[in-house]
Amino acid sequence: MNLSGFLGQVFAILLALVLAPLLSGWVGQCRAWFQNRTAPPLLLPYYMLQKLFNKEVVLAHNASSLFRAAPFVIFGCMVLACAIVPTLSTDLPFAPAADALALVGIFGLARIFIALAGMDVGTAFGSLGGRREMLVGFLAEPALLMVFFTLAMIAQSTSLATIVDTLAHRELVIYPSLAFAGVAFTFVSLAENARVPVDNPATHLELTMIHEAMILEYSGRHLALIEWAASLKLYAYSCLGLALFFPWGIAPGDNFLALVAAIPLLLLKLAIGGVLLAGIETINAKMRIFRAPEFLGTAFMLAVLGLLVRLLLEVRT
Amino acid sequence: MSQTLPFSAQLINLLAALILLLAFAMLAQRRILALINLFALQGLALFLATLVAAVTTGQLHLYFSAGLTLVLKVLVLPWILHRLVRQLRIRGEVEALINIPTTMLVGIALVMAAFNVALPISELAHTITRGTLGIALAVVMLAFLMMITRRKAISQVVGFLSMENGLFLAATSATYGMPMVVELGIALDVLVGVIILGVFFFQIRDQFDSLDIRHMEKLKDN
Repeated sequence: MNLSGFLGQVFAILLALVLAPLLSGWVGQCRAWFQNRTAPPLLLPYYMLQKLFNKEVVLAHNASSLFRAAPFVIFGCMVLACAIVPTLSTDLPFAPAADALALVGIFGLARIFIALAGMDVGTAFGSLGGRREMLVGFLAEPALLMVFFTLAMIAQSTSLATIVDTLAHRELVIYPSLAFAGVAFTFVSLAENARVPVDNPATHLELTMIHEAMILEYSGRHLALIEWAASLKLYAYSCLGLALFFPWGIAPGDNFLALVAAIPLLLLKLAIGGVLLAGIETINAKMRIFRAPEFLGTAFMLAVLGLLVRLLLEVRT
Repeated sequence: MSQTLPFSAQLINLLAALILLLAFAMLAQRRILALINLFALQGLALFLATLVAAVTTGQLHLYFSAGLTLVLKVLVLPWILHRLVRQLRIRGEVEALINIPTTMLVGIALVMAAFNVALPISELAHTITRGTLGIALAVVMLAFLMMITRRKAISQVVGFLSMENGLFLAATSATYGMPMVVELGIALDVLVGVIILGVFFFQIRDQFDSLDIRHMEKLKDN
């Protein structure tokens, strides 16, 4: 582990912490524009975090220590996830710690804790949200794993850094399987980040909410951490999608100039991604919760198809 | 590995994968108009794949069959189907006999079977497009599945047409297309078939007040 790699790693984490609320704000703003509403300020998530950090924490009488620990665990999981996703360079000292499969596990750990915290206080909404979250999660996880398997077959490795390195620095080869995996990954990201076809991040309508239902009991800095973790999750998924399917411009190693050049490119790609996400959220209606298995089943099917197409078309013996 | 494949073959593979994706989208689609649009898109992907094959190999009759695909499957047939839907005033969703996720899983199993069956066959072919044979077979199977699982007559016809797309892809991928006469004959057959089925639709609706073919299982007059 060399010093520049370490600095790059720290910088990537700090960038994730700073940029994640901005990305959420950008998506919210684009969504408002698409829907002909007056847009909230771009920096709204930062104001929100500042306000929440200054507020007092109110706990329910029967809240256990798990309820208080969960926000920190979730936040830690998301920071770790952001640390092992190659955003600017593929030379990440943290990357050997966790490969693509462990990344799925990290997301799963965060999901379990948020669901447990939702059920901890014992309100009806919390348990309802927790159950729905687990339903969505257990359908989304195999699809995500299948996407990673397809990519791992191309790169012959499950390490994210190696996968991105292989994809970013190759001669121009069209992988049809990547198209399938890309569509499946988009579906999974929408479901995992509580976005419109599956959940609406802006609603408090009790019949439909999933993510919001679980965090109703949180306040103050706990809520701030959870909101921040949610933006970090969106950031991690966006960066993962960009790194896997549009990997151009990610610095190969400890090349400082390439690292600097990667920053504006990343910002540009995230901005475009945010516009596309807002577009998807605008043109789709939220589906009934019972349609979610069908939606995620389609994602799983696409990912499996990607794997099969990879075997049929691209592997020559 | 894939670097041995020339660029045009990669392009054809991509388009073939797209055709397979569209076949699955049709299988999952509930609305009849969207189904017809997906069929037109599938035709477009097929046209592009044939065109790439034609440009790569420089064979004249492949250009013809590409043109035939464009005119017939992207323009004429979807137009006829759209008109039929309008005239028959079909509204609402297509009912499937099995629910959609189950259909999808059956579809995946079919694709696996088709790929396995096609693998030894495509080893024998020498064309640049031989890799797509498995996909073509899978599209045919999926179209079959769609015809079996749909109740409404019109979506069965779309399934039939999609099956023809798959057969066409198989012919192109295995042997660079069939002889011109055969291709023209099939194209004409499909066109005439759709027109006749269109007339049938009106007859069925007049008789049973519905396009649901369940009503035709009873043979008694009533």
